[in-house]
Amino acid sequence: MKHLRSIDELGVDGLVALLQLTDHMAEINQRPVPKVPALRGRTVASLFFEDSTRTRLSFETAAKRLSADTMTFNVSTSSVNKGESLRDTVATITDMGVDAFVVRHKSVGIPWQISQWTKASIINAGDGAHQHPTQALVDCYTIREATHESRFDGMQITIVGDIKHSRVARSNIQAFSMLGAKVTVVAPPTLLPPDLSHWPVQINHHLDEVIPTSDVLYMLRLQSERMSQGHVPTLREYSEQYGLTQKRVARLKDSAIVMHPGPMNRGVEMQIDPSDVKNSLIHRQVANGVSVRMAVLFELLGSGSSLGGQA
Amino acid sequence: MSKSVVIKGGTIVNRGSEIKSDVRIENGVIVEVAKNLKADVQLDASGCIVTSGFVDLHAHLREPGREEAETIETGSRAGALGGYTALVAMPNTDPPQDSIAVIDFVREQGKRAGLVDVVPSGCITLGRQGETLAPMAELAHAGVTLFTDDGVGVQNASLMRRALEYARGLGVTLAQHCEVAELTEGAVMNECQCCTDLGLPGWPAIAEELMVFRDIELVRMTGASMHFLHLSTERSVELVRAAKRDGLPITAEVTPHHLSLTQELLATYDPVYKVNPPLRSAQDIRALKIGLLDGTIDAIATDHAPHPRRDKEMSLDIAPPGMLGLETALGVVLGNSELEIKDVVALLSWNPARIARIDAEHGRPVAIGEPANICIFDPDLAWSVDLERLASKSINSPYVGRTLRGKIRHTIFKGTPTVIDGQAQK
Repeated sequence: MKHLRSIDELGVDGLVALLQLTDHMAEINQRPVPKVPALRGRTVASLFFEDSTRTRLSFETAAKRLSADTMTFNVSTSSVNKGESLRDTVATITDMGVDAFVVRHKSVGIPWQISQWTKASIINAGDGAHQHPTQALVDCYTIREATHESRFDGMQITIVGDIKHSRVARSNIQAFSMLGAKVTVVAPPTLLPPDLSHWPVQINHHLDEVIPTSDVLYMLRLQSERMSQGHVPTLREYSEQYGLTQKRVARLKDSAIVMHPGPMNRGVEMQIDPSDVKNSLIHRQVANGVSVRMAVLFELLGSGSSLGGQA
Repeated sequence: MSKSVVIKGGTIVNRGSEIKSDVRIENGVIVEVAKNLKADVQLDASGCIVTSGFVDLHAHLREPGREEAETIETGSRAGALGGYTALVAMPNTDPPQDSIAVIDFVREQGKRAGLVDVVPSGCITLGRQGETLAPMAELAHAGVTLFTDDGVGVQNASLMRRALEYARGLGVTLAQHCEVAELTEGAVMNECQCCTDLGLPGWPAIAEELMVFRDIELVRMTGASMHFLHLSTERSVELVRAAKRDGLPITAEVTPHHLSLTQELLATYDPVYKVNPPLRSAQDIRALKIGLLDGTIDAIATDHAPHPRRDKEMSLDIAPPGMLGLETALGVVLGNSELEIKDVVALLSWNPARIARIDAEHGRPVAIGEPANICIFDPDLAWSVDLERLASKSINSPYVGRTLRGKIRHTIFKGTPTVIDGQAQK
């Protein structure tokens, strides 16, 4: 595998293999010294053109635990000069000797464009509303860990919120379906893509209808600018219809899991403290982020090296 | 005195006739149509069609203002290589073509290049801002016959009504870029399933169709004549068909790319496929082709839109829309339609010459006494579009590396060959 740009590109076999490899990484992370020399001499550059805390830190931690060198190219959105210098930036960093780029950008397709300008591997850490494949891997791994099921056959996963603008939703719908889950998306029609009849999902506009039958309830973040764009009238109305409240939590199955990719909008889609939700996996999602990204880096860059030894 | 030229061994295609004959040209005029002619310059046309030079209703020549992308000279050369003898220059220059000074400059630069007639269009509104009318009477008196704010549509319905009323008094034609801007904010590609998968903001068909509908009704109300630029959707074709059935003075064009490329190409993430209006569905393409066959669509126009390489190396959302078209139009049209040769010539030459009101000089029959604006093409020659050989200053052609069928062999402008055997002569 050369790049990880989308879940599609990974395919079901690649997905399963990465989840299995993540088990090894999780084991390394349990050690007193959670570091191995597997990627010694390799360099991973983070190219973040969009603000991110957890994803960037998660990748950098993962790279360091595998003994890779890291460099960070942090571009505040204000100084992204209309993307003009992107090709030059990539060329410059490539010349420094980089084996992989971890790329986040507000624009769809940037990881594919960059992969034409460099020989390095590209890992998509989020491109616009398109794909965020490592988040989907994290979420699959987290569900797998909680349910002890490697396949999700028959599992009812409900994704709630701004599907239209969500790269997490696009990657997760593909990944969950590949593993056999039945996915339902819940949102007002304005927050759904205009035509999703070809997606392997059920559509429901009423959260309360699907609460009792959901095995996994996946809450998406609602960005406040969706109001000014006319997608929802008010945040209050949205959170009444689609927010997770104590009342809704009470109607969940006992075994149901609650997830959120973060960062949470308290008082909007989360009207309740996640620690008050019995089966919230939100903290596991963060914790597993490092192991999953270690697996991805090792898969792309670790050919020929082993996971043994101490760094 | 220019040299006499003879075109030997081709098939002359005129409205309603097709004959094998040589053609002799002197001093910019066709002087003889017969067998076995001789002259100073002999152009071999065996296996080729000899017909009137093409007329493009829709070329962005970028000068003045964006000479990095194209100049009137390089655009004219690209046009000549594509068989064109006249190009209507779109007014979204910098400064825009809303004053006599700019109109005159564009026309003069065209004459200086001397490869095609460069016919400047004028803006409908001042600065293409959609707020107040451009000095249309003044521009009309300077010879402008086609007015458009192309790149954007005139959003204000009241202003568009006034523009049409004013245009009727002047006897000029307004050409609309149909796009209701509120529905296409940030749009990158057609709103479709592929757009859903890619998470890109969609450009819905209805944003075009609403304005087509509005303007048809405004034409019905005002009686002015109207040309629709680059129609791209099935429903737009249906609306125009119905309007023509009602006898309204409406004409319409489509581009070669909207006849040949579909929305799914955006999944390559290559901004070369970003164009406005966007590439649409296979079903839309079928409807556009039917529109060509039944006469709903009058012309094929390139919307030739050069952009420098660095602009097209940006992300899909930031890269400017547009693609080259002049050098590939004929090959794309011949390879992507079931049209007969005479229909292709009608769409590329005779009809657009009439719409641009330059049909005294262009789109004329190849016959004795007629001005010698002629193109000679081999309809069956397959050729590969080579990036290095494009005459345009930019390279944003989606056809680079593809094989097209049908190639211009010679172009003659005012009696002088501008292209011989596929080579530009200056």
